[in-house]
Amino acid sequence: MTHDPDQEQDQQDDHAAEPAIRAEALESLLIEKGILDPAAVDEVIERYNERVGPMNGAQLVARAWVDEDFRALLLRDGTEAVNRFEFRGGQVDKLVVVENTPAVHNVVVCTLCSCYPWAVLGLPPKWYKDPAYRSRVVREPRAVLREFGTRLDDDVSVRVWDSSAEIRYMVLPERPPAWADLSEEQLASRVTRDSMIGVEVLA
Amino acid sequence: MDGIHDQGGRPGNAPIDTDSGAAAALDPRWHAAVFASINALFASGVAANTDYFRHAIERIDPDCYLEHGYYGRWLGAAETMLVEAGVISTAEIDARARERGASSADRVAARPGTRPEGLTPGDAGSAQRTLAAAPRYAIGERVRTARDAQPGHTRLPAYARDAVGTVIAWHDGWVFPDSHAHGRGEDPQHLYTIAFERSALWPDSEAGPGDTVCLDLFEPYLCPEPDAP
Repeated sequence: MTHDPDQEQDQQDDHAAEPAIRAEALESLLIEKGILDPAAVDEVIERYNERVGPMNGAQLVARAWVDEDFRALLLRDGTEAVNRFEFRGGQVDKLVVVENTPAVHNVVVCTLCSCYPWAVLGLPPKWYKDPAYRSRVVREPRAVLREFGTRLDDDVSVRVWDSSAEIRYMVLPERPPAWADLSEEQLASRVTRDSMIGVEVLA
Repeated sequence: MDGIHDQGGRPGNAPIDTDSGAAAALDPRWHAAVFASINALFASGVAANTDYFRHAIERIDPDCYLEHGYYGRWLGAAETMLVEAGVISTAEIDARARERGASSADRVAARPGTRPEGLTPGDAGSAQRTLAAAPRYAIGERVRTARDAQPGHTRLPAYARDAVGTVIAWHDGWVFPDSHAHGRGEDPQHLYTIAFERSALWPDSEAGPGDTVCLDLFEPYLCPEPDAP
């Protein structure tokens, strides 16, 4: 059988078109039936592309690094800590924040669907929702972390949190020693989404 | 329910596409169309609750589950729920999609069945419910998970069945997805976080000292496990 990359690409594009056309067909029917507001699509784009994102979680992390009382609250009752910030556009039933230490590294997944702490991290990245990450990170987390360029010492324990109910998990990463003199605002601008999912160690 | 959605620990999967998340955004536009449609289905009661929605995702065509992406899965669930509610027919969506250039050979993710009796749109707020009954298990206690797959929606992944773990947290009562998805009411149950040693779940997996997998599991999934001798 000959292998034609162009043809393969065409087939992939065809597959991509299947849900796209059907999604917009359904959208038009829902609008006609008065179920969907025509402006709602632009509203969700504005809301999730511009207002909700990992900057919310980064603010929590930066505050925890500079304020010991807040850090204690964040780890004891993440939901209450989030409520104090009054982030716009997201809500969470219950947030549990898990802390990375020199002995323990935490990483978050949802193997059954794609549960994610939207209120603090915004839209999940594509890889978080893909079968490859969901199947592998529970079984071989160290190999998965290496694919993200993250190498852990052999004596560090890896704790994987599989979000199987309504509780959402976020990682409090370790603060790099080189960031000792940065302000809270500077710290928040350097905290990455991937470090709060747990696939990256900040340096 | 066993199914393609239950991805945890499935062997043979591809490398992680680590570059695919650089800028998470609702792009292309149809992703946002599906997102807004799902919001509208919750507002109208067609998506009666999150558990019914998740179960609708679990029931879509397995090949489409893997190939149509996250919003493709949501689309399959949206169509499933709309047809089950009798609001729109599959033929109606087929006709509209063909007007817009879809082929009759296109694969459709939705697999509508029958809308459960007793499914009523409920409170869209928190699913936490304080229970009068005390939790059966204490922090530090060993428990064993259920062995059998439930026929419908459940939040006990296959990889953690018939496995022994330790209770590390208790989270009060929560709406029980296994009942709620099927119109059998909220049936709230105590919820715990159970820590499993990864080496006990997958003895042949990579080495890692003290590595654990933590899952949030409802009390009906658990039974007492005697302490190791």
